[in-house]
Amino acid sequence: MIPLDILEKTAVTLMEKAAIEIPEDYLEGLKKAADVEDGDLSSFVLQAMLENYEAAKEDRRAMCGDTGCPRWYVKMGNEAQVEGGPVALETSLRRATAQATNGVPLRPNRVHPLWRTDHDNNVGINAPEIEFAFEPEGDWVELTTVHKGGLFGTDYRMLFPSDGIEGIKRFYLDSLVAFGKRGLSCQPAIIGIGLGGSKDTCMVLGKRAACLRTVGDRNPDPRIAELEMEFKELGNSIGMGAMGFVGKSMVIDCHIEVGYCHTGGMQMSVHAFCLSSRRACARIYGDGRVEFRTDPQWFTPYQRRETVEWPATQASKKSA
Amino acid sequence: MASNASFKKVRLKTEPSPEDLKALELGDVVYLDGTVYTAREGVYRRAVEEHIPLPLELPAMSGANFHCSPAATIRPDGTFNMGAVTATASFRFSKWIGEWLDLSGAKLILGKGGMSSEDYKKHFVPHGAIYLTTVGYGTGALLGRGVKSVKDVFWRDELGLAQAMWLIEVENFGPFIVESDTQGNSLFERENAKISAGLSKAYEGTKPAVLKRFGETDDRSDELI
Repeated sequence: MIPLDILEKTAVTLMEKAAIEIPEDYLEGLKKAADVEDGDLSSFVLQAMLENYEAAKEDRRAMCGDTGCPRWYVKMGNEAQVEGGPVALETSLRRATAQATNGVPLRPNRVHPLWRTDHDNNVGINAPEIEFAFEPEGDWVELTTVHKGGLFGTDYRMLFPSDGIEGIKRFYLDSLVAFGKRGLSCQPAIIGIGLGGSKDTCMVLGKRAACLRTVGDRNPDPRIAELEMEFKELGNSIGMGAMGFVGKSMVIDCHIEVGYCHTGGMQMSVHAFCLSSRRACARIYGDGRVEFRTDPQWFTPYQRRETVEWPATQASKKSA
Repeated sequence: MASNASFKKVRLKTEPSPEDLKALELGDVVYLDGTVYTAREGVYRRAVEEHIPLPLELPAMSGANFHCSPAATIRPDGTFNMGAVTATASFRFSKWIGEWLDLSGAKLILGKGGMSSEDYKKHFVPHGAIYLTTVGYGTGALLGRGVKSVKDVFWRDELGLAQAMWLIEVENFGPFIVESDTQGNSLFERENAKISAGLSKAYEGTKPAVLKRFGETDDRSDELI
């Protein structure tokens, strides 16, 4: 049984870590981009960001004043049990969000869409989002918080099979160029692409591809992996860099996730994470042990399963 | 990596003289000293549309309007805890900016992503104001270091923590980049024009999507703002 107090304390720590500590994989990717960037203004921006991450860690201050919309991804092993059950778990995550907003402090961004009213704590109706997934084995719960910007850099287009790969490429470029101007998408960023599913799942897949996979990670389908690398290259060759200045650093990595879709369609979404790629993750075991990391390891073979059966042997071999 | 030495770095007061502003060129890097205040759509709506008198003396107390909501809280004892500071996208405030400059007498608008050169020429130039953009975005921790103290917060109950007017004392507050000059030119638009010229190469071999949507464009020199 996972103790609720440990879970809530861990969630508060995750909120702080996500806001303050730049994930190592993204930092390495950004440093590589900075090394080859030759646009004067873009270089200056990347250098300033690298200094900013240091300042954040030294001062224990958030990297970015715009907290975005903090959200939670929860994964449970099939044998996991949380004290108080799933409702207590959700309450803990809402409480931790509010507590960290006041404690770090973070910007209380969340307001009612019509009345613009505010609890000053990033909690409200349907906020923060809490999404669940399961793995075939384990008595653990994994918590991941992502603080993703809320306004720019994300778009959806209903494509058809006749649009082909060229249509995917075009929409990808459209999104990068449109939101890249003036740096509205806070590039260079990890770009996530969702393909297929239906409109809502397509958006979910693309967002998870951007926020829950690390720099250097490749899709297990070799043809999709190739496309990811091609798109990374393509995004960095449009002549634009940080803040929309002349340069070549737009994409630190590109991740593509797919879902089976209607035979007539080819839904596509594009999501730019941001220059601070705020994510933090922890696994909490049944005995109360906690392990922190920055790789959510969300897309396991089980999450990408193709068909109905999931034999136990496969589960024990491959599950995270 | 290109050297940063090529950028002119300037320390600027938050109540700059016309000569100070005239000397600035697009792309100069600026650090501010003095007092800035935050004001965005909540404040603009109240002040410009609802004609509610401003709760502080402007521009006497500050000539620098920051499009920002700080990551900050007010402690139970009334003191402030300000962490990171990052700007919000300014183009959304276009409809208020002319009247706001009349009301506030601001000489520096600080924010994210700038506004259009049309806004600069129509509103900023006649008021002798320029636009400085934050860098990144956003260097929230570096900007947070430049905050010496929170002097006051106004309209907190009316607008909430994020939209309230925070009056903050700053020193070596930056970096910012000069986005508009006293003639109303825009650095972002200059960069956009350079980039647009080469975009067709990246798009080579693609064709417009089969399904058209209202409001879409295939003119890649267009902007979202």
